[in-house]
Order: sequence, then structure tokens, then C-alpha cells
Amino acid sequence: MPETADGLSRGDAADALTVDCPLVTEILTGFVREEVRKVGFERGVVGLSGGIDSALTLAVVCRALGPENAIPVIMPYRASSPASERDARLVAAQLGTTPLVMDISPQIDAYFDRNPDADRNRRGNKMARERMSILYDLSLARAALVVGTSNKTELLLGYGTIHGDMAHALNPLGDLYKTQIFALARHLELPAAVIEKAPSADLWEGQSDEDELGFEYAAVDQLLHQMIDERRTRAELHALGFDDAFVKQIHRRVRDSQYKRRPPLIAKLSNRTIDRDFRYPRDWGR
Amino acid sequence: MVKPEPSPALTSDVAPRSEIVVALAQLAPRLGDLAANVTRHLELIGTAAAGGADLVVFPELSLTGYFLKDLVTETALRLDSPEVQLLAEASRGVDAVVGCILESDDHRFHNAALYLSGGAVVHVHRKVYLPTYGLFDEARDLAAGDRFRAFEAPLRSAEPRRPWRAGVLICEDLWHPSSAYLLARDGVDLIICPSASPGRGVGHGSEIGTAQSYDVITRTYAQLFTAYVVYCNRVGYEDGINFWGGSRVVDPEGRLVGEPAGRDEGMALHRLDLAALRRARIANPMLRDERHDIVDAECHRLHRRERA
Repeated sequence: MPETADGLSRGDAADALTVDCPLVTEILTGFVREEVRKVGFERGVVGLSGGIDSALTLAVVCRALGPENAIPVIMPYRASSPASERDARLVAAQLGTTPLVMDISPQIDAYFDRNPDADRNRRGNKMARERMSILYDLSLARAALVVGTSNKTELLLGYGTIHGDMAHALNPLGDLYKTQIFALARHLELPAAVIEKAPSADLWEGQSDEDELGFEYAAVDQLLHQMIDERRTRAELHALGFDDAFVKQIHRRVRDSQYKRRPPLIAKLSNRTIDRDFRYPRDWGR
Repeated sequence: MVKPEPSPALTSDVAPRSEIVVALAQLAPRLGDLAANVTRHLELIGTAAAGGADLVVFPELSLTGYFLKDLVTETALRLDSPEVQLLAEASRGVDAVVGCILESDDHRFHNAALYLSGGAVVHVHRKVYLPTYGLFDEARDLAAGDRFRAFEAPLRSAEPRRPWRAGVLICEDLWHPSSAYLLARDGVDLIICPSASPGRGVGHGSEIGTAQSYDVITRTYAQLFTAYVVYCNRVGYEDGINFWGGSRVVDPEGRLVGEPAGRDEGMALHRLDLAALRRARIANPMLRDERHDIVDAECHRLHRRERA
């Protein structure tokens, strides 16, 4: 078995993704509770897709704020898989919440009737941003903070829509790789249907994350963890058995999507520019 | 929120009394809200005094919160600030260690811990090791302290008055064994460690990685330097970063005194006993045997080599 100079093997790289689920649950629950209440809110609104990330996010919000303060929103498009809505309803019910269901077809179709040549990426992004705009409308209407569902794998790969699903006030799962999301979902006993199905953004029929990305979450999570968290060099990653071309491809994806993870650039003029030398914590005074 | 446990410390059956009661005020400060935090400190100092504590220890930067960035200069205190005077007044009932940003006359800003007793500031420790790596950025905003000193802790409410030599190490100071060595050489009985340790590392065991590290460090120092280690960490979240609490007292044989705190706010009282210190130093007389002359000689040699 290939290993690095310090004796780490590929098997260890998989084990390294192990998380202590009760501990993580406790930290994430406290995170949502404190960061929501600190800014004067009691409720959280979560876009529920029928997938594992939003199911887990809702479970954390329910634990933190109580199911009565969790507002799941199911926002299908007419081409969405019926299984997605069914699974989303299953999750909402299991967690003791009452979901809002809003069909986004009219507002999506109204736009693309005028732009019929748009490809599926444009359509997918538009759907993600329409959903975001609904969640933020409900945020104001229901005095609820928008809790996002992004995980560390998709954030690092840039596999999300900027100002769409990447837009939210809090991101409890943002430091967990997809592999770890699965472990936590099992720990919290989310419905098997949600855990076992192939991950999909469900932006078009038959879409699958792993087909679209071109690699499996298990493989890329191990690589990202070793590359990012463990700061392994290319040589060490090679010694661990990661394919050089794969390493190069993933590194480029992380680099090229950095803009998605940062606030917009501000042209510096003064001595105190926002986020450069005007540096205050977001929890300022809280 | 704060429930002082009906501690055996409150009913002493040892005469002459050789213990002190230390309260650990594990709280979550409001970030950058000095007024709210001062009020909270005054309440908790009152609670500690009412509970029979001789000393109440607050976490690092307990009066301001930790990730201050540009709030450093806006929340800074001076030794003559009214807030310090108020807290010092409150220390007439119980000694207190509080954390703040302390501005010097030449406008440097230190991460400091003030030991308050009997209406006055009797000792100031300015954090020497400012972590500036990973999620830390202290040296960006703060000036570093330049000394480790033990001092006579007045412990005015302890009866009869007994000398306890105390020293303060703030969080990262604790990660440098030379800090604890210097305090030990300076005769410390009680190492007071205010901390604002962010929780990270959730892979192994049922404890956060940083909690495991501090468990090892506090027990090791207590045992090797045969001193009590009083560790008070904060709790709560700042910009999504959690602080893991776990405040504890470790006795001079490296054993926990009572249970460490969890991850919630609260105040716990612990009894520290000079007799236990005496027993530990008889059983493990490392301090007696320590060869300071060798340390000095070797340090001089290394110093010359480093300058060459």
C-alpha cells in the first residue's frame, strides 16, 4: 500500500475524515442557536431540496431552535424529480416541521420564455437564485434567518451557484466534507431514502453530482482533506496514491473558484477600506 | 445562569484553614460591548463572594470578547479607567482576575489580565505570546508583554491569611513551557490561566482536539512544577467560532480537582489546599532539586552562540 514518509497510507486518509458525530452535533446546534439569537431572531428558514445536505441542515436547525421555529421551504420546478419533493416532505415530517411548498415554475418560465436559448447551466443558476430570493423574502416576512446548506466539498470545488444556494446568513455544514455529512445524517437517523440516493442538485432531469463532477465524493473528499486540511505536498499526495492529474484538476478547481468564496473586490482608495483595513467582526457588539 | 454549587468549600472543617476557594467564571462575553461585560462581571464577582470564594477567575479578554480586530482600540482600558476602578471596588469582597485590552501611556495595546484585590489592581500580566497563525491574528493588533512574574496573591478574604504565590499565563503563554518554568522558579503555588481557546479538531475521541491539548498541558505543568493550575476558558461563539469551555483546576499531583466545566456558561467553586501542595512537594521534590545553575549556564552558552 502506498504511503508517505510519515507512514500515512490511503486507508488512513479515509479514516482521517472520521468525525465525532455527537460532538459535531453539539457544536453545530450551539452555533445555530447562538448565531441566530444573537442577532435578535428566533427562527430559521431552510430551502429543503430532498437531498441530504438540506435535510441535515434542517435537523440541526430543529435541534437548535425547536421544530416550531424551523421553516422548511420546498421549491420544486416542474422538471424537478417528484422523488425530491417526496423526500423533502418526508424529512420535514420526520423532524416535526410543516413545510411551505412553492412551485418556482411560473417565475422561471416567465424569464426563460423571453430567453429561450439559455442553456441548462443558466437555467440551473437562475433556479438557485430564484430559490434564494424566496428564502430571503420569507426571512423578512417570517423574521427568520436564512440557514444555508453548503458543505465543504462543494464550497472548495465551487460547485454551487454564487448568490444562489451559496447565499445565506449562516452555514452550519460549511466545514464538513460530503463524506462527513453522510456520517452525521446516519447519526441523526435521517430517512434512509435521503441518505442512500445519489446526490444531485436536481437542476435538470437525471442530474447526478458525481457524474457531473467526474469523480466520486469519497475520492475527492480524501484528496481535499489531505491537500487542504493536512497541507500535504504534491509529492506526498502522489505517495498516498492520488493520481497526479486528479490532484492537478482539483487544485485548479479550488483556485479558480476562490472568487465565489470571497466578498466582492473593492477598489482601494482611502486609508480605511471595508474588509481591508476596516476590520470588524460580524458579531460586533453581540 | 450561574449556579454556584453548594460546595464543601463553604463549610470548612480544617483548622487552621489552609484552603482557598477559587471560583471559575466561565462566561461568554459580548463581543466589543464593554459596558455589558462590566455589568456581568460585577454580578458574577458578587455571586462568587456570596458563595464564599476567595478568588474568582474570568477568561482571557473577558471584558471585551476575543476576535476584536478593529475593536481592540475602541474597547481598551487604562489602569485609571472608571471600569477598572469599579471592578477593583468589587474586589473588596473577593479577589478577581479579569481580562481586558490594556492601553499603555505610549498607546500600545496589550492583551492583559488584571489581578484585583481590596479595591486595587495588585498585579498585571500582559500576554507575552501572541498567536499569529491559523485562525489567530493577535500580533496584528496587539503589543506583546515582556515578563513572567509571580506575586503574592493577597486573597484578602481567606482566613487566616496565608501566603500564596500566584502567576498568570494567558492562553498561548501556556504553550511555552519556559513560561511555567519561570513562574515555578519564581516560587509560584498557583498558576492562573485565563483562556479564550477556540474549539477545533473534531475527529478523535469525544473531546475537541484543543481541549485534549489543554488537558495534557495543565496536568503536566501542575505535576512537573508541583503547583495548582487554574484554567478558566470561555464559552460561546464569535463569528461562528466556538469556545469550548472546560474550565478546571488541577492539583499539584496533576489530578483534576472536581469536574471540568462543560461548554455552557456557569460558575464552579473549587477548593485548593496548601497542605496538598506541601504533600506533593514532599512526594515529588523536583523544585528542590531543580538545577537552576545548569539552566543559567546553558542559557548563557546558547545566548552567546545565538549572538555569534
